[in-house]
Amino acid sequence: MDLSNLYQEVILDHYKHPEHKGLSLEKDVQVHHINPSCGDEITINLTMRDGVVSDLTWDGVGCSISMASASMMTGLLHGKNAAEATVIVESFVDLMHSKGTSQGDENVLEDAVAFAGVSQYPARIKCALLGWMAYKDAAIQVHGK
Amino acid sequence: MTVNPALIRKDFPIFERTVREGKKLVYLDNGATSQKPNSVIEAESDFYRFKNAAVHRGAHQLAEEATEVYEQARDLVASFLGGVSDEIIFTKSATESLNLLAYAIGSAEPSNRFHLAEGDKIVVTEMEHHANLIPWQQLAKRNRATLGWFEVNSEGRLDLSQIESIIDSKTKIVALTHQSNVLGTVNPLQEIVKRAHEVGAIVILDACQSVPHMKINVKELGIDFLAFSGHKALGPTGVGILWGRSEMLADLPPFLFGGSMIETVSMTEATWANPPKRFEAGVPNMAQAVGLGAAVKYLTTIGLESIHDHEMKLTQQLIHGLQSNSDVEIYGPAGCDMRGGVVSFSLANIHPHDLGQFLDSQGIAVRTGHHCAWPLNRKLGVVATTRASVYLYNDSSDIDALLLGVCDAQRFFARA
Ligand SMILES: Cc1ncc(COP(=O)(O)O)c(C=O)c1O
Repeated sequence: MDLSNLYQEVILDHYKHPEHKGLSLEKDVQVHHINPSCGDEITINLTMRDGVVSDLTWDGVGCSISMASASMMTGLLHGKNAAEATVIVESFVDLMHSKGTSQGDENVLEDAVAFAGVSQYPARIKCALLGWMAYKDAAIQVHGK
Repeated sequence: MTVNPALIRKDFPIFERTVREGKKLVYLDNGATSQKPNSVIEAESDFYRFKNAAVHRGAHQLAEEATEVYEQARDLVASFLGGVSDEIIFTKSATESLNLLAYAIGSAEPSNRFHLAEGDKIVVTEMEHHANLIPWQQLAKRNRATLGWFEVNSEGRLDLSQIESIIDSKTKIVALTHQSNVLGTVNPLQEIVKRAHEVGAIVILDACQSVPHMKINVKELGIDFLAFSGHKALGPTGVGILWGRSEMLADLPPFLFGGSMIETVSMTEATWANPPKRFEAGVPNMAQAVGLGAAVKYLTTIGLESIHDHEMKLTQQLIHGLQSNSDVEIYGPAGCDMRGGVVSFSLANIHPHDLGQFLDSQGIAVRTGHHCAWPLNRKLGVVATTRASVYLYNDSSDIDALLLGVCDAQRFFARA
């Protein structure tokens, strides 16, 4: 396996220049997730207006995979309604569990298909999913409010 | 005798395989677990092949032979540690050994020397592995005792300047690691043991990272209990050791109840067998104990002094190499005095997981993460580090590979 398949440039780029990083002051819910096996942490602030993700920001510490994934996720989910966001999240989760058999749906995941290579590294799947799982939790909590 | 890694590697079948598409295995994750020589693998499988029966029960020849090899393993471990056979308790791991102690002490009646009353104190250190922190932290909670600890200073050593107030007259237990699994620091036991015994406290040593790598004599250390895991000392998984001084074990209540650990039993009462049996309830991990016997035999044949010398040469090479890279920060003592072959470091702008992944692509196995020592990581101000740890089968080409790998990783991740 070629490592540059795992560490695509777009991933390293998001790691070095993360988007939507820094928690916004206003939020409907805040969710904090950690990966106890490695210590990576993420916090996300989610605000929904009229059923649409109107603000999604994050902060965290971790490896390039977890941080770049959170960065891309926040960009992707911005402006999507709850149902659209769920489709994107599920599509990403499926990609992560594809064991290298899927390239990912670029129409849904856009640049996040760059994470396809992660699915071949079992120990890294949790890294890539860290932010997405936090969003999933946040979406449930917002819905319950 | 000097250690010859090329010869030693011939005894370890795992080095016949390659990793990541034909790369030589550079195994530098010995702090997590060691590889196994043929003699250990064979001792374990020969037990199943030729001797398998439940030890200490049964009136047949196999039971007799199984008991004999199991007890021989106990003798081997005893002489390896400088103790006597009845002081050696087989557990499933160091984690179990330490929990056994914490639960046994926690259940001691007020008349028992181990009784831990409200307001008594347990002392640990900031550099403990979770396995030697949480059992004591939780015991303190259950028994309303207090928990105190030695802090780690900027050199990665214990700050003993407050020893008199940390180990005070209320202190009943001092539990600490012999060698840090993150920093490599070897702790100065003499001063700590002296102070602990002055106030009547017992000293419990987590020797997971020291027993496999240096000559240990429990009598000379003056400690009261010692725990280690077989799998870090060339032995199988599923077997650990708790050593306790005879007069201590004699008074220690049991932790696990069941078969083999009793003297008499009625429907309402039971009395306990003498140590070590009192602490070995149920059919033990027999094949694994026998495998551990073979492991300590192997280590003794090579010689722990030689192994330690060899490891320290490699450690020096590694520390020097890392120091010449200005992006590297090493956590733990920079010199080789009172330190073992475990080196943790960070690399500017590259997260340990990413570095570990890159090194893996080159066939180099290291550990990344918090190494089950979250409080220490917090003290160091890092979430995770990369850890390389050496053993008798490593050679200087392994260290060169790691140092080169670190530089290549810097180039690889700088490309975007
Ligand atoms: C210092 C130290 N203590 C305790 C343990 C726990 O050993 P085990 O997981 O084999 O019970 C380890 C292993 O990682 C260790 O390094």
